[in-house]
Amino acid sequence: MKHNRMVTIASIALVALSGMGAVANDKLRVVATTPDLASIAREIGGDAIDVVALAKPTEDAHFVDAKPSHIVTLNRADVLIEGGAELELGWLPPLLESARNTKIAPGAPGRIVASQGIRMLEIPTSFDRSKGDVHSRGNPHFLTDPMNAKIVAANIADHLAQVDPDKAAVFKANLTKFDAAVDAKLTQWQQQLTPFSGAKIVTYHKDFPYFAERFHIEIVENLEPKPGIAPSPAHLAKVIETMKSATAHVIVVQPYQNIRTAETVARQTDAVVLNIPQQPGARKEDTTYVAMMDYMVSTLAHALSGK
Amino acid sequence: MKVARWPAAFAAAFAAFVTLAAFARTLPAQQQDTTVRRQQRMLDSLAAALAAIQARLDSAAARPAEPPQAAPAQPPSGSYMNIGFVTLVDGGTSTEQDVPSIELGDHDPVVRGFTMPNSELSLDGAVDPYFKGFANIVYKIGERGETELELEEAYALTTSLPKNLQVKFGQYLTDFGRHNTQHPHAWAFVDLPLVLGQMFGRDGLRSQGVRLSWLAPTPWYTEAMVTVANSTNETTFSFRADESFQIHGGVPVDRPVQSFEDMLVVPRIATSFDITDTQTLVLGTSAAFGPNNSGFSARTQIYGVDGYWKWKSARASQGFPFVSLQGEALSRRYVAEQRLAIDDPAVTLPADTIWDSGSYLQGLWGIRPRIVAGLRGDWVRPATEAAFVSPQRLDRFRLSPNFTWYPTEFSKLRLQYNYDNRSIFGTDHSLWVQFEFLLGAHAAHKF
Repeated sequence: MKHNRMVTIASIALVALSGMGAVANDKLRVVATTPDLASIAREIGGDAIDVVALAKPTEDAHFVDAKPSHIVTLNRADVLIEGGAELELGWLPPLLESARNTKIAPGAPGRIVASQGIRMLEIPTSFDRSKGDVHSRGNPHFLTDPMNAKIVAANIADHLAQVDPDKAAVFKANLTKFDAAVDAKLTQWQQQLTPFSGAKIVTYHKDFPYFAERFHIEIVENLEPKPGIAPSPAHLAKVIETMKSATAHVIVVQPYQNIRTAETVARQTDAVVLNIPQQPGARKEDTTYVAMMDYMVSTLAHALSGK
Repeated sequence: MKVARWPAAFAAAFAAFVTLAAFARTLPAQQQDTTVRRQQRMLDSLAAALAAIQARLDSAAARPAEPPQAAPAQPPSGSYMNIGFVTLVDGGTSTEQDVPSIELGDHDPVVRGFTMPNSELSLDGAVDPYFKGFANIVYKIGERGETELELEEAYALTTSLPKNLQVKFGQYLTDFGRHNTQHPHAWAFVDLPLVLGQMFGRDGLRSQGVRLSWLAPTPWYTEAMVTVANSTNETTFSFRADESFQIHGGVPVDRPVQSFEDMLVVPRIATSFDITDTQTLVLGTSAAFGPNNSGFSARTQIYGVDGYWKWKSARASQGFPFVSLQGEALSRRYVAEQRLAIDDPAVTLPADTIWDSGSYLQGLWGIRPRIVAGLRGDWVRPATEAAFVSPQRLDRFRLSPNFTWYPTEFSKLRLQYNYDNRSIFGTDHSLWVQFEFLLGAHAAHKF
């Protein structure tokens, strides 16, 4: 009978599947939603952890697919690092429902919310989607300020130590090392950008305000009229006018944004379009957070110098 | 601590990115007084020195002395549950005057003109550390303008059972195939695939029950689940539903639950692989077993296979561009006992084993952000002759091209044409426009 045959096939398949385990070792499995968080976790965890990022460095982290393979990854995680501030709202909740992993439940030591402890910018005073897709907890692109990376690193070190107390000293030492590296780099980055203090730029999406605040750059316009809303011709005309009157000659985009729109605006304003990813790995030579920031700062400084 | 090594398949694969070409932009040469330039250089170097000092001060100040609480905890936003409200409005016409005779779903257009097929209030949140709760309450306006209310789903899901187990209980869309568990908001077409309408009735397979699911410890996703639910409902069409005379043509018997055999049992197994970094495949097989009310020991079996493949660009903007293919094939074995014909009790219909089968295949192309073109083919046919000639059981083919524009994630406008060929009745043409708006909580989408 057909029914019996089907049950037999299913049982054989199940038995075969369940026999396949993975090789064991004693490293913590850390899952980060985005590559920037994964990179910082790698600096803090060192050899004591294995890190994987769910989002690809080149894709928009607001719109990651809730693929079943992510369910498996989260099911076996010891630690989950999420950006928070509603960045992953469209895809992380259904993954976590299916992952059935109490180690990364909200409030567990294995659950790290990176936005915790960050002074968030652009927290809306009212919730109103006629203003675009505004996040109720503020702008989630906070890692472009290196000072925030230090706060996130400390948060990660603190949680890793709770999850694996035996290695607490290692995490603490790595944190000190990371902080020192960022401090040294921050001095250098500020020196690179100081000559352009107050310089005016345009970005595609509202994803550079933390960077702008740290390095005293002024973002005079966004190509998106409102967050998440595609640029309209009328808005772009306004952007072009603003860029001309404010003498802004740089448009910053990310790999997944519409570079052609930016180039059209640039042609009419004698501006350059800079493709500056905010995720390590988007440029394959920049695999770490610091390398990614290095590229961000030097590319912008070079463009602002007009050379 | 013993934990397993990451399977190589999950290692982060970083896509290469084309380096920016030359961005040299020469400023017009400016003839400036050398003294001014010298002074400017001095100012620049002073400013740089100041910035360096400032940076050191900033670093010292921001280095978290103790726990990393550099800023006060954010005030919580929202309430203890997420609330969303989504409304669909359909408009259009068909060469078939009796629209429900060709549109088989309860959330499909039902009249020439306008239909409000689905206004859905969705609630969800954590019940406590052990359960999550969900509810979908649907309002819709029927053929004659009457408002109907339906508790579509209300269920809880466990969060912390051991051994990768999970239990779901309440009223929910049963896990059979892919489309059946999706709400109209997530559908890629205006209407229900024909085969699902034919096998599960207007409202899909949905009942009160409990589901046990197990996530297998395989390197790739494999989930096995089984639902046990009530088999009497208008939403268990092929089982003990009052409307089942549409299948067997007899007077439905009033058949009480006497043993476990009288429950509806729905097993499913699904598996998924990432073929490449940008391509994912999901395969599943499902079945549904239960009693039907053509007689006191009559039974129905439904078998299904489903597949979904998706490619999404590694540099996706707002999830675009993408290409996806989704298909399901179902087969139903309906054992009807000897019964009195519903339209003429003087006639006795002989016992029958009625086989039906059908499938659909739909392709979507997300051309650029917020623009999707779709094409779906629907096939249903009776695999065996039966004593009762049911208008439900027709040889039928439908082809539906459509086009959807999403102004944002929270609204959409869709245009769809249906070429619809039914044996006996001939060919019909329908044209539908669908508008949707969403308020409140973001709809998080399952894959």
